[in-house]
Amino acid sequence: MERRLLGLVPRRVLAGLGVLAAGQGVLLVVAAGLLARGVAGLDAGLLPWLVAAVAGRAVLAWVSSLVAGRAAAGVKEGLREALLAGGAVDAGARVTLLTRGLDAVDPFFTGYVPQLLAACVVPPLVVARLVAADWASAVVVLVTLPLVPVFGALVGLRTAALTGRQWASLHRLGGHFRDVVAGLSTLRAFGRTGHQSRVVRALAEEHRRATTGALRVAFLSSLVLELVCALSVALVAVPVGLRLLEGGMVLSTGLLVLVLTPEAYLPLRALGARFHASAEGVAAAQEAFAVLDAPPERPAGRVVVGEGVPEIVLDRVTVRYPGAERAALEEVSLRIGAGERVAVTGPSGAGKSTLLLVVAGLVAPVSGRVLVDGVDLAELDPVAWRRRLGWVPQRPHLFAASVADNIRLGDPSAGRDRVVEAARAAVADGFVAAMPRGYATVLGEGGAGVSAGQRQRLAVARAYLAGGPVMLLDEPTARLDVASERALVQGAARLLEGRTALVVAHRPALLSLADRVVRLRDGRLSEPAGRAGVVEEGRAA
Amino acid sequence: MKGLWGAVRPHAVRLVVAALAGVAAEVCGLALVATAAWLIARASQRPELAVLSVAIVAVRGFALAKGSLRYAERLAGHDATLRALAELRGRVFDALAARRRPEPGLRDGAGLRDGGALTRMVSDVEAVQDLLLRCVLPGVAAVVCGVVGVAVCGLVAPGAAVVLAVGVLVAGPVLAVAAAGAAGRVSARVAAGREELAVRALDVLEGAADLKVFGADGRFAAAAGEAAAGLRRAERAAARVSALVAGAGVAVQGCVVAAVVWAALRGGADQVGAAVAGLSALVAVESVLPLAAAAQRLREVRPAVRRVESVLAAPPAPRAVRPVAVPRGPLAVELLGVRVSYAGGGRAALDGVDLRVERGRRVAVVGASGAGKSTLLAAVAGEVAPAAGAVLIGGHDPSAYGAGDGRGAGDAGGAVRGLMQDAHVFAGSVRANLLLARPDASEGELEAAARRARFLEVVEALPGGWDTPVGTGGHGLSGGQRQRLLLARALLADPPVLVLDEPAEALDPVTADAVTRDLLAAPGGGTLLLVTHRLAALGAADEVVVMDRGRVVQRGRHDELVAVPGPYRDLWDAELLAA
Repeated sequence: MERRLLGLVPRRVLAGLGVLAAGQGVLLVVAAGLLARGVAGLDAGLLPWLVAAVAGRAVLAWVSSLVAGRAAAGVKEGLREALLAGGAVDAGARVTLLTRGLDAVDPFFTGYVPQLLAACVVPPLVVARLVAADWASAVVVLVTLPLVPVFGALVGLRTAALTGRQWASLHRLGGHFRDVVAGLSTLRAFGRTGHQSRVVRALAEEHRRATTGALRVAFLSSLVLELVCALSVALVAVPVGLRLLEGGMVLSTGLLVLVLTPEAYLPLRALGARFHASAEGVAAAQEAFAVLDAPPERPAGRVVVGEGVPEIVLDRVTVRYPGAERAALEEVSLRIGAGERVAVTGPSGAGKSTLLLVVAGLVAPVSGRVLVDGVDLAELDPVAWRRRLGWVPQRPHLFAASVADNIRLGDPSAGRDRVVEAARAAVADGFVAAMPRGYATVLGEGGAGVSAGQRQRLAVARAYLAGGPVMLLDEPTARLDVASERALVQGAARLLEGRTALVVAHRPALLSLADRVVRLRDGRLSEPAGRAGVVEEGRAA
Repeated sequence: MKGLWGAVRPHAVRLVVAALAGVAAEVCGLALVATAAWLIARASQRPELAVLSVAIVAVRGFALAKGSLRYAERLAGHDATLRALAELRGRVFDALAARRRPEPGLRDGAGLRDGGALTRMVSDVEAVQDLLLRCVLPGVAAVVCGVVGVAVCGLVAPGAAVVLAVGVLVAGPVLAVAAAGAAGRVSARVAAGREELAVRALDVLEGAADLKVFGADGRFAAAAGEAAAGLRRAERAAARVSALVAGAGVAVQGCVVAAVVWAALRGGADQVGAAVAGLSALVAVESVLPLAAAAQRLREVRPAVRRVESVLAAPPAPRAVRPVAVPRGPLAVELLGVRVSYAGGGRAALDGVDLRVERGRRVAVVGASGAGKSTLLAAVAGEVAPAAGAVLIGGHDPSAYGAGDGRGAGDAGGAVRGLMQDAHVFAGSVRANLLLARPDASEGELEAAARRARFLEVVEALPGGWDTPVGTGGHGLSGGQRQRLLLARALLADPPVLVLDEPAEALDPVTADAVTRDLLAAPGGGTLLLVTHRLAALGAADEVVVMDRGRVVQRGRHDELVAVPGPYRDLWDAELLAA
């Protein structure tokens, strides 16, 4: 997984980061040498060189951080674009992944990757300098340095097993507060808030005790690393001091060793922390990759047939949603003549909305065909076909744009008169005019602030303006209030005039608009044609 | 900060201990390097070994102490913070529980519809943990270590100490404030870009079908791509700021060390003085550099901490002075010209409702979605306060029966109970979820309530029976099973006034009608108000109330209402059609 995430960054960027890390390591060694010689020789003349080396290191750190940050932003944009293109079952979760979720990737690129490169490059450089300066100290560092990853891994394994066991119970205890806050009104309804107030405290206390117990072990790994690093400074410093005392070493070497020794451990120690911080980002990326790995849709057709009011025939259409036990539509055959208005009724879950989705080309049947003037829908150019459609779904989506732009979704070049005309036809003009800024009122996220009935009438206006010769209308199941319903039926009547129409209806008012009524039950059409197939019936006619 | 401090104060001593351990760990780190520098520099002057022996022991001691103290600090810090958090959770819960009535104009509409604001409060409380663990504790350790570094430097080279003091100020507070300021500006830009992308992405993803049919998918995808590119630009600006902070940290540290050594040498220090001053400076500056991260984090958690503060600061709802004892039998319900509006909700949810339900009567409430049925129940239950008019339960205000959370006096009181729209299944056993309604219920009463709600057969099919864990992380219940659990709980409560909002929702029509008929026809029990959208079983109701747009538009028995043209007849025809 990390490898795939790393693969999203261009190779030359990684190479660049590696070079920058090496440069910083070299300048670090140089600066340590200058400091040691300056202090040992009481030579202030070396200090400007020290400043220059530090400035160089600062510039490299700046550039490195900049490159990593830009790489992270670039990778996130690429993932975002891919995630926007792929369809989503749960749009809310996808939006979270697109925004906050992917931010978790940052620590991976700006923290973990540069630190990984530094951990590969800096310790060898430091050790090499120590070897050149003082063999004995270099040996101490060389022996203890591998202890950092080894101890880190050993303690990490032990604590992972321990905390893994405790994690479930910790999670349960920690989730209690969320649970009771979410159920606050239920607790009030049963007069149990006083009792829960005590339980919240008690469980939070239990949570604390369990967490502290887990942390006592989890923090051991950092204790061990901290001790290894601190003790090796002591292990190096004391013999160096003793050898200086015997005159076996010059002061500048001693100071150099003292300054450089901690720098050998630092990148390895930091790497562990960075790795933990980036784990969440790797999980987020995993989620994104899962979406990206979904199989592609099948290629769209290209045939374009004439304009005009078409005849639509469903020929033994079966639709099965992935993971569903039962087919949503089972061998449904239905002929809708040119200009005919057919209403579909039936209990909820019978497959009525699916029927509309199939005709709109939004859901492909697993078997059977939909014929438009005799041409299979699968072979039609979907864009050209949908241009001939008007669609009023059960819960239309209103976009975060002005009311006017929502109405002219199908034709953004439509002028104000056409928008107002469409709104009048849908009996939406009245409530739009009453909005704070009329047609220019910008709707909230997902059309917030508009009632179900108003939403539906805006969708009728939208379909009216698009003006295709085929109309698909799904009546809302939510009970509209009496006035809204009357207005909706009035608007729908105008919309369906002179068009081939398929209307899902739950109430008598809308049914009266249809030439013919069919019933769906459990995905099967019960009348008028049954299983005989309307195709034959159509040919005979 | 008063409300927050109240929760932290009982654990202040522990926090101070943790802070002291953190300070001691940082100071030991400084002392380790300073002593080692002294040891090496002094050794090169070839004194007697005895002069060095204390330093030799001290170096090892500091090394051990540093690691152990850091461990102690992290453990004590987490422990103290979690203790404070436990207290804070309790206080926030109490404050939320006391805030029962929506106040008009309150921005988050803290009434029936504040699910989002409530769950945000949970993460806001978590932010207080960051405030203590990632801002306060490291901040204290950094500041003290910086001061100690200056002091050590002052011991060996007084002139250099002044330079180091300036350096520590620049590397610490100055850099932190500058970084937090710059980061605040760009992070506001990033937040705006993120918001923009969220809106565009929701349009593209949720409205995918609408966009495809109307041929607008390309246009909207381009707008979303534009938003993604804008966010990338903002993120790059943020990356520039953090890169600058990282570079500045390295530069300041190196320059301060060089300046300190230079000042020490000018002040006539020998090798020992210069070495100790220089290396102390190195560690002192390094220890204050994390202040920048702490300041940035502080800026991020501040809004959350403010929200917690404001919840804790809100005055609790007024309580009944002398609660009326809840009688055992049913009570009459009376609404007198009740008006309820939600903040920012336009039309009133209840628009002058007059309704009297005699004690023991079973009334069904029907109407379009948004007609005000659920609000009517909430007003009867005292969950929402009318803006005008009054609700009387057995002649008293609903709150006169005690808030129902009688702290200290056990959990009694409240004359109206039931199944509301936002009813919650808690993480716990099935039994515990039901006993919530009546903790002292017997096994027989539990089973009787479950049987009436058609829940007993569900319990018997569950893997652990009554002890099966449900709710978050528990056994998944289907919509119908969940609904039956909630209904069983409401029936177990058996209050003087029972309110049920769509009790048979998510059940298949046949079962739904049977359950509804049962509820309306069974003898005994309290006064019943039942909201439903299925009318088939309403022949069993004593009365049907039809609502439209916040008003009662029809009342009467099912047969009478069906016989005359009107809203109820329309609903009835529609139901027959879908059957």
